[in-house]
Amino acid sequence: MVFDVQKETLPRDELETLQLKRLNYLLHKIYHNVPFYHQKFKELGIEPDRLQAISDIKHLPFTEKQDLRNNYPFGMFAVPRESVVRIHASSGTTGKATVVGYTQRDVEIWAGLMARSFEAAGATRADIVHNAYGYGLFTGGLGAHYGAEALGATILPVSGGATKRQVMLMRDFGSTILCCTPSYSLHLYETALAAGISISDLKLRVGIFGAEPWTEEMRQDIQNKFGIKALDIYGLSEIMGPGVAMECIAAQEGLHIWEDHFLPEIIDPESEEPLALGEKGELVITTLTKEAQPLLRYRTRDITRLNPIPCRCGRTHYRIERITGRSDDMLIIRGVNVFPSQIESILLETEGLSPHYQLVIDREGGMDTLEVRVEVHESMFSDEIKHLQRLEKKIQNHIKEFLGVTAKVTMVEPMGIARSEGKAQRIIDHRKQ
Amino acid sequence: MKVEQISVFLETRAGRLADVTRTLGEAGVNIRALSLADTTDFGILRLIVTDHEKAKQALKENGFTVGRTNVVAAEVEDRPGGLHAILTMLSQSGINVEYMYAFVQQSGKNAVLIFRFDRTDEAIETLQKNGVRIIPGEELYNI
Repeated sequence: MVFDVQKETLPRDELETLQLKRLNYLLHKIYHNVPFYHQKFKELGIEPDRLQAISDIKHLPFTEKQDLRNNYPFGMFAVPRESVVRIHASSGTTGKATVVGYTQRDVEIWAGLMARSFEAAGATRADIVHNAYGYGLFTGGLGAHYGAEALGATILPVSGGATKRQVMLMRDFGSTILCCTPSYSLHLYETALAAGISISDLKLRVGIFGAEPWTEEMRQDIQNKFGIKALDIYGLSEIMGPGVAMECIAAQEGLHIWEDHFLPEIIDPESEEPLALGEKGELVITTLTKEAQPLLRYRTRDITRLNPIPCRCGRTHYRIERITGRSDDMLIIRGVNVFPSQIESILLETEGLSPHYQLVIDREGGMDTLEVRVEVHESMFSDEIKHLQRLEKKIQNHIKEFLGVTAKVTMVEPMGIARSEGKAQRIIDHRKQ
Repeated sequence: MKVEQISVFLETRAGRLADVTRTLGEAGVNIRALSLADTTDFGILRLIVTDHEKAKQALKENGFTVGRTNVVAAEVEDRPGGLHAILTMLSQSGINVEYMYAFVQQSGKNAVLIFRFDRTDEAIETLQKNGVRIIPGEELYNI
């Protein structure tokens, strides 16, 4: 079924007319209300004249994650702070989180787009939605929550953790839709088996999985294990949160990006030039209706392509294919975004530690694991085991505190970290098989 | 009265200990006493050798992380209760033993205890006051 038939099935020409109208309004708004954009336009000698065609956007500047950090905390707001009814933020070291603000209307549109996404997944108000995305500053939990409510479904705000109890609740309440990261779904499965709970006692029929990359093989695995349809959802907090794009259950082949609210482009991450429709490159998104924090040509760093082929579900919005990689070195570990540079700065802030480290990422029992290997140097070396263990614990606590992920910290011998052509191999990701 | 001990950081993987002994053997350094402390992912090898400067240099050249610590070597009669008597003296003075290891001398009459204390100087004083012989470093290296 389609939540907003009129908007979701707009003929392409009408959709593009709407996009251009909204884009021009956005340009006018950010030029006059966001000092960052005002200055940027001035520097580039651009007047936010009315664009004649959407493709003219290629002459306008990009926005990067660093721009958001530089304007921490509220510098990117296009409305007075009093008009902001909610703030989300993503992790960062030493206070430089990425902050996102929402007006009342932003929150409502978000809920509407998530409701659309739920309906694209075949959900109705009769469904019971088990929402295991984390609640809090992370957008996953609340995003799915308000979307399910807007649809009229029954939402269970279980958030993360207490996995065994989650499985029991799913069984006892007869949850029909599961929202979580794909890896957590496999963890739920393992936990159910270990607890002697039969999967056939669950009423799940659809899973809405996102916040981390996964493969087609993993989708098949999840579908077979739970006997459900596993669908991909896409979003990022800077743009809105989950519900920027959603795979429809009818085709299960790519995610419809809600183009009446988000203008997608695919660029070559190196040359920054737009690529032809259908080519693979970095996804760049312009928010068309955001009030509190509109972003122009935001570099998502996610690698995908746009599929213009009409979908059998009847929606006219283009589909992005499953995210296949990143144009930077960001890692997603149990749904948490982690940049190696963040770990590096934590290590450097801990006295006596060498900048030589290695991150080893793996997946055990469906859950991502992160091991941080740190080289032991004379300055920090002690002949007493407890000193080194205390240091390991300290680093582990700092990583947990700043980045929100649990890491195993291991001390290794100097040069124990493989160096290729003089450069240390910083990341070993065993998940990419 | 202190003894120089070298300590080596070791990853827990096969052959690492042999790498240390080969390095020392090739450098012509003899091992007097050793102890290995281990955790799940790393170990610390503590050594008393004939020539700690040479040993340290050879190990560092081979990429090992090497530390130096002052420990105390005490002689005790090789009989039941010998170690207990020493530990009692120390505990009465409130001195903590961080770790220790022991070996028996070739003559077989006395055992040598290697101690790492939290307060080394006070420990030496206590032991000497109670008539325990502290073996000087030079003597130990050349046993």
